[in-house]
Amino acid sequence: MAVTLTQQAAQHVANFLQKRGKGLGLRLGVRTSGCSGMAYKLEFVDDAGEDDEIFESHSVKVFVDARSLPYIDGTELDYTREGLNEGFRFNNPNIKNQCGCGESFNV
Amino acid sequence: MPLFQISEPGESAAPHQHRLAVGIDLGTTNSLIATMKSGMAVVLNDVEGRPLLPSVVRYRADGAVEVGYAAMRWRAIDPRNTVASVKRFMGRGRQDIAHVESMPYDFVDAPGMVRVKTCAGEKSPVEISAEILNVARARAEAHLGGELVGAVITVPAYFDEAQRQATKDAAKLAGINVLRLLNEPTAAAIAYGLDNAAEGIYAVYDLGGGTFDISILKLSKGVFEVLATGGDSALGGDDFDQRIFCWALEEAGLSRLSPEDAQLIMTRAREAKEFLSHHEKAPITVKLGRRAAADHAGETPETTIDLTLDAETFTDISRNLVDKTLKAIKKSLRDAGLQAEDIKGVVMVGGATRMPQVQRAVAEFFGREPLNNLDPDKVVALGAAIQANLLVGNKTGDDWLLLDVIPLSLGLETMGGLVEKVIPRNSTIPSARAQEFTTFRDGQTAMSIHVLQGERELVSDCRSLARFELRGIPPMVAGAARIRITFQVDADGLLAVTAQEQTTGVEAHISVKPSYGLSDDEIAAMLKNSLAHAKDDALRRALKEEQVEAQRLIEATQAALKEDAHLLEAQEIAAIEAAVTRLQTHILGDNRRQIALAMDDLAFATQEFAHRRMDQSVKRALAGRKIDELSDLDDHLHTRTEKEARS
Repeated sequence: MAVTLTQQAAQHVANFLQKRGKGLGLRLGVRTSGCSGMAYKLEFVDDAGEDDEIFESHSVKVFVDARSLPYIDGTELDYTREGLNEGFRFNNPNIKNQCGCGESFNV
Repeated sequence: MPLFQISEPGESAAPHQHRLAVGIDLGTTNSLIATMKSGMAVVLNDVEGRPLLPSVVRYRADGAVEVGYAAMRWRAIDPRNTVASVKRFMGRGRQDIAHVESMPYDFVDAPGMVRVKTCAGEKSPVEISAEILNVARARAEAHLGGELVGAVITVPAYFDEAQRQATKDAAKLAGINVLRLLNEPTAAAIAYGLDNAAEGIYAVYDLGGGTFDISILKLSKGVFEVLATGGDSALGGDDFDQRIFCWALEEAGLSRLSPEDAQLIMTRAREAKEFLSHHEKAPITVKLGRRAAADHAGETPETTIDLTLDAETFTDISRNLVDKTLKAIKKSLRDAGLQAEDIKGVVMVGGATRMPQVQRAVAEFFGREPLNNLDPDKVVALGAAIQANLLVGNKTGDDWLLLDVIPLSLGLETMGGLVEKVIPRNSTIPSARAQEFTTFRDGQTAMSIHVLQGERELVSDCRSLARFELRGIPPMVAGAARIRITFQVDADGLLAVTAQEQTTGVEAHISVKPSYGLSDDEIAAMLKNSLAHAKDDALRRALKEEQVEAQRLIEATQAALKEDAHLLEAQEIAAIEAAVTRLQTHILGDNRRQIALAMDDLAFATQEFAHRRMDQSVKRALAGRKIDELSDLDDHLHTRTEKEARS
């Protein structure tokens, strides 16, 4: 069971955390909503939850709550650039299908 | 597959809910676009990594348009079709533009706003600005990977109605939904997170390339209010270059220069200025006369100037420029009724604030180090981005309301060419105020409403914004009609005026989209005039008021004579008419005392007449009435009096 960051992604997260001036790490999660059933959560972490699993990837702590973990286990979070647009991308092996825009999915 | 940004804890947007919004600093020289990414405001660079978008537009004969660096290259070669600093023309008529004759453009004086004749046809400043905003929008959408929901666009705090409306129109033309126009100093304060800081009063010192603005902001309960603005629209970093330029000519003993050489020295002067921001000494080395020698042999001998400018000398030669900014600060503080010690923090905006002597002077003046850790060129755009993000609802939190002020009072023309101020200068916006007015003549059924902007007491000294008419007022005696006039200034600083007659509800309305606006110089001049003429104006106002009152008395007397002359003896009529004539002769003069005395005489002469008329009307009213009806009449009279007292 693990969720990982690419070197690129870890570096950006570390930068953002430093600029933000506080935060324990990065939270990955899912919640039910959207047109295909589930949507990703990507947030800074100020307080760890009781049921959080904590992974460490390239020195960045990644928090995933127990209920989300089955849906995103094995996910690798990458940081990429598409033209001028740049941001994080979820490479999630559990996805069966996703909505046209990819903002929500189901497993 | 979309690309994600990191949200604050608990604030992940639901799918399809994250709304793309940007802040745009639509500047005179350069524009910038910024947005919120992973909780941080960032400026969006172009494909080559450059943050600035030069506010330059070039029209080509084939109909194509170039914007930014691509257009800037053509400024020297194709100046007539390459428009720079279009912000100075927004919402202005030709006569409002300073140094219009020294500009390379072919201006056409179109109604409302000046236009520029280019090879692609006549272009209004709104269209030209729209080209810049179009490129800004395209850059934002390329970065964010989707269509923009809206943008916050910044404008100078002193921009008037016409200039704000023109900015909004330009955005609309560029397909941008304007969430709000935000004052530049307020944006800068937001960028520094002062909205989360302790309550208090802050100053924003904005020294750009060609303009200086000082704004005094008050923060209370997370809300900004602009207390005062001031500055100098002809003072900026370019003047510091000019000082170095003059110093260099003097040091090198040069007088006549070819334009090429002058340009060359000016460029070196600017480089020296920038160098001195981080060094103690700057070399100025220029080879002169090369072009001139080739073109007109012998006119200018080839020389080399090789000088070193040290920081101390630079501080000396630019001291009075810095002092000018301090003077403007003092004036704004005075406007706001404050002392330098009352200021809790100072925000530095504009590239010219990088100069160490500016930083030092400001720190000394306020007795505290200014905030300068953000890039002074970007800080306005960053603040606009933060505000845009809040306005589209990406951040759940307290509602944010930003208050700005009205730069010049808004009012109405009243009888005698006087201005009645409805919304005073420095009122916070959005703002709505109502006042009741009444009719001047018996049976008056229409009222002309003339909306004015300015500080002076007389219409002729203020600026006309709009005129409209309220018709359908039921005929009544003078002073009986109650017309409620409401002035409403929305969050973008645009004015709407409504006039409503209270008994019948007839209404007339106008949105003021004034034909063209005032330059900041004019605003400054108008404010200065109003102070200089305050006493003068007060006297003139008193005189005018006396004249209006006298005229009203004459008309009332004449109306009464026409109706009830039978109550008077022939010699009594003659006495009253003589008093009327005397008053009529004085009314045209400018001696307020004489008018007042003549009015007293007329009032005295008509005293007996008034008694007899009163008796007559009481007799008529009482004829055939019962006692209980009389008490009703009494009530009615009371209510009337209260209403009058209120209006």
